[in-house]
Amino acid sequence: MAKTLFDKVWDSHVIEKIKDGPDVLFIDRHFIHEVTSPVAFVGLKNRGLKVMFPDKTFATADHNTPTINQHLPIKDKLSAMQVKTLEKNCIEHGIDFWGLGHNKNGIVHVIGPENGITQPGLTIVCGDSHTSTHGAFGAIAFGIGTSEVEMVLACQSIMQQKPLKMRINIDGSLNSHVTPKDVAIYIISRLSSSGATGYFVEYSGEVFKNMSMEGRMTVCNLSIEMGARGGMIAPDEKTFEYIKGREYAPKGEEWENALSYWKSLKTDNDAIFDKEFNFNASDIEPMITYGTNPGMAIPISKSIPGSGSDSESSYQKALDYMEFKEGEMMIGKKIDYVFLGSCTNGRIEDFRTFASLIKGRRKSDNVDAWLVPGSHKVLKSIKDEGILDILTDSGFQLREPGCSACLAMNDDKIPKGKYAVSTTNRNFEGRQGPGARTLLASPLVAAATAITGKITDPREII
Amino acid sequence: MAYDKFNILNSSAVPLNIDNVDTDQIIPARFLKATERKGFGENLFKDWRYNSDGTTIDSFPLNNKVYSGKILIAGKNFGCGSSREHAVWAIYDYGFRAVVSSFFADIFKNNCLNIGVLPVQVSEEFLVDIFSQIDLNSKSSFEVNLEIQEFKIIETGKSEKFNISSYKKSNMSNGFDDIDYLINKKEEISKFANNSPN
Ligand code: SF4
Repeated sequence: MAKTLFDKVWDSHVIEKIKDGPDVLFIDRHFIHEVTSPVAFVGLKNRGLKVMFPDKTFATADHNTPTINQHLPIKDKLSAMQVKTLEKNCIEHGIDFWGLGHNKNGIVHVIGPENGITQPGLTIVCGDSHTSTHGAFGAIAFGIGTSEVEMVLACQSIMQQKPLKMRINIDGSLNSHVTPKDVAIYIISRLSSSGATGYFVEYSGEVFKNMSMEGRMTVCNLSIEMGARGGMIAPDEKTFEYIKGREYAPKGEEWENALSYWKSLKTDNDAIFDKEFNFNASDIEPMITYGTNPGMAIPISKSIPGSGSDSESSYQKALDYMEFKEGEMMIGKKIDYVFLGSCTNGRIEDFRTFASLIKGRRKSDNVDAWLVPGSHKVLKSIKDEGILDILTDSGFQLREPGCSACLAMNDDKIPKGKYAVSTTNRNFEGRQGPGARTLLASPLVAAATAITGKITDPREII
Repeated sequence: MAYDKFNILNSSAVPLNIDNVDTDQIIPARFLKATERKGFGENLFKDWRYNSDGTTIDSFPLNNKVYSGKILIAGKNFGCGSSREHAVWAIYDYGFRAVVSSFFADIFKNNCLNIGVLPVQVSEEFLVDIFSQIDLNSKSSFEVNLEIQEFKIIETGKSEKFNISSYKKSNMSNGFDDIDYLINKKEEISKFANNSPN
């Protein structure tokens, strides 16, 4: 029978199919971090179990770590305790721990790919919903809860119902200043924040074929924001090129074997999806959100629309929180903060993009800009490529790697009532700090806004 | 961690008629710093229950004394966003044993089933009926019957069936979790791992 890419990878990892129940799915790589793992380790201890495959498990500290003075002890007692607990657990169970100060430390979904751990055809999980990022390599990757983290630690498997399959195809070529982030937000705005719930998405078509690996990661990262279990893109020469030579990539004969397997990972011509969407690249403009979920998004040049499919009260609640009104234009609204970073847009290409627009210009005085690299490797490239100089010349400062204001578990919180144009993935109420108002956008929109101090269409900056 | 067995639940309910409630609202990230599963109930819906000065927001249903019970009735797409299981721990800790909505986010639903909170998915129309019933009488009672997979409005006798796989159903009614199952499979898993190129 004809199979989709998703079927091929999923089916080859099923250990057992339970009748009217979930599949027992083998997991190839497990990423853990300080926030969603401690209770799972307590569970292991209570049952007297050890980690089954420490060498398939990778640990980093990212969610609540500070982004300045990382060489000093973490001030927040609870955060310090969580990081310490992770370190202790890793030592006890023989897991590699890339903690603060380690040259491979960074956001979990940034370090996986950049070290070559993320590869086509693998099953990858992490107690974090944006694990979908790794799908960019043709892997099945998704977020899990802490009970499941415990399952994977104990048995290298989880029990999951096989999701339905969706294909999103976009052909044509993208307009200028339209980035992978805009493509993803466009899709979410068309499907809504729950439009892909129950599905695993495959992205196909020219747009994704032409997209860089980092762009693909941004798109797959945001799959969860329309409710999808995950998103994936068939691996191709770009994928292989990206992986080749990275520390954990297969080498020599193993590389050749892997390559021939990876090349088979594509959807068969007559395979059937449960749902398909087709969009046109030329319809996509730079996007921005105006509400409190990522589906509440519009082309930056448009005005705030009516309630759509959400109930009137939920829509109104969102606009009240943002202090926006139906029919208002987004462009020109005053902004207090700009945040560049996160596992969505904290990779080197994002910094290159941001720098390309601000080069030779000055940061607006009324904007606080927080620029946070996704990892130490990204930070190093920013320095090596001279991007740091461009940033500094334009009045920007760089912080140290971590999740930072993406979820505001550390000190990087947007103050109550303030507006932030953010390259992250969630504009939920309070996501970036209690009372903070988040507008999701691309690194280009963030850069244009940082220069003018108000929401600005990057196409207007010449 | 095995959990309480779930069979029949008779209770009044707390209504939360808002769509797309995400797990950042259920439990804000700043309360995820614990290293043990304790005390999350206090911080359930923290920023919707309390003002920043700590005073209570009386209009929020959880603070409204007319509502009580072990069932939470929520708008569609409940539990979207982050995978944090802490959201379900908070719901459980607070005292809820079942959550009813017309649509749940995937990871949230899995997390519920993994710790013994029953997610009951009903039709949009029936959800409207449930909310209206609570509007009429805030003390209305409801019955969740896992065995026959049915949710009933006691006063009107109206009911609807809900889905759950027979595997998860038997887990819920016996208080078993997936690890109990997987541990017995370890040999098979090892074999599988040995034959896998990855
Ligand atoms: S950057 Fe944000 S979304 Fe990504 S892993 Fe960190 S907290 Fe989660």
